[in-house]
Amino acid sequence: MTKKMYVARSPRIAARMLGEEMLVMSGQGSTLFTLNPTATILWQAADGATPLDEIVERRICSEFEVKPEEAMRDAEALAEDLARHGILLISEQPITNPQSLVREQAQP
Amino acid sequence: MSALMQEMSERALRLGVPFSAQIDLTYRCNEQCVHCYLDHDDHGEMTTLEIKHLLREMSEAGVFILTFSGGEIFLRKDFFEILEYARALTFCIKLKTNAVLIREAQAARLRDLGVASIQISIYSHRPEVHDAITKVKGSLQRSINAIRFLKSQGLKVIMANVLMTENMQDYRGVRALADELGAEYTLDPTITPKMDGDRSILDLNAGQSALHELFRDELFVGNAEEFCAPPPPPDADSLASLPCSAGHTACYVSPYGEFYPCVQFPLSCGNVRQQRFIDIWRNSEQLKEVRSIRLKDLSGCSQCAHGSTCTRCPGLAFMEGNMRGPSTADCEKSFARTGIPSVNLLAKKDKALPPRLVQIQIVPAIPGNRLSSMSSQPAL
Repeated sequence: MTKKMYVARSPRIAARMLGEEMLVMSGQGSTLFTLNPTATILWQAADGATPLDEIVERRICSEFEVKPEEAMRDAEALAEDLARHGILLISEQPITNPQSLVREQAQP
Repeated sequence: MSALMQEMSERALRLGVPFSAQIDLTYRCNEQCVHCYLDHDDHGEMTTLEIKHLLREMSEAGVFILTFSGGEIFLRKDFFEILEYARALTFCIKLKTNAVLIREAQAARLRDLGVASIQISIYSHRPEVHDAITKVKGSLQRSINAIRFLKSQGLKVIMANVLMTENMQDYRGVRALADELGAEYTLDPTITPKMDGDRSILDLNAGQSALHELFRDELFVGNAEEFCAPPPPPDADSLASLPCSAGHTACYVSPYGEFYPCVQFPLSCGNVRQQRFIDIWRNSEQLKEVRSIRLKDLSGCSQCAHGSTCTRCPGLAFMEGNMRGPSTADCEKSFARTGIPSVNLLAKKDKALPPRLVQIQIVPAIPGNRLSSMSSQPAL
């Protein structure tokens, strides 16, 4: 059985919708990003409690014409990319305390 | 400013979004700086509840970059409660403070709350000069200690160095101190009139010879020859350009809820205790007037050789009596930089000083006040 992936918004980023685009500033080096519509849906749904496969099924496959396996592959890659930039937190367990997870991940 | 940030600011302008805002949480202060333009008495600051409600309205209006300033923000006992609420609304938060009240615990909390930057006023690397300006013995050492605490948490610190007659010889020392502490450095050579219209502190402004020297110091201006070169005459594009972002994508709210285009532009546009933030932003007649002004509309400046390169501040122009007129402090900077007097400096000789302007308008938190009757709601 494949492991679940849980995603949560980092508590250290700033974000705002500007027109149709989500603007995100990462705490790491004050880097500014814009998220495309799919990434925005993923980011908004990243509550730490809903597994990524459920987010993909309920929020992405229902809005875009895409096969579930392909959508899941893309979503995993996107989540990992957002995590590398400090925008999203990833865990195999539900993320109940994003702040402590950020602290843990900041440890050398 | 990064290319993407520039692009987002331009988009905000097209969409009519207040992309950035400053709230002064208090005018009270634990330093008594000789050049300060504020009245430090509390005339009825917004309550915690009022500020939280304002933050929700600002978030809904699209404000992204939010600066908390004062006065000294850490004098508010509810400061961290306000900051926490603002971060839950995912604002990009910048702070301006003297940092005297920041210790290890406060620095760690600011890191956890994801504050983007902390700007700290440092006037000199020498305690006898800095402390004489703040009128608080030991204040330089406490601010430096705070910078070390903040840097140890990985936070971005900017040392803001206001230049005046008292510290004109020390800016290189402050820059070196910033480098030593791993902080960024910004320099401001302009003293502004007091908010009650008193212009006496303008005597503290660095004079022409000091500005002349500063503008030829390549540590600060890069290529001095290029920086001080005579400006090209304004072309059609620059004549059609906006004077600055004040009132276009930026705004300011005082501790009393008064809404202005900028902290340095005391043109009252409304009060958030009486009107919704977005209604003032969209419908204020004063803001509409500010937004209608282009360089070509400015008396004197539109014909001035410095028109396309001048740092003219519309707020300072307003405080001189005409938001479509010159800002003499900027005319003087252009003159110090290039040796070419501005149209307005040449014409200014015989003009009298403008009447006093009053910025503070008190709207206390009384029953019937729009915000004081609203309940606090969870941020998200």
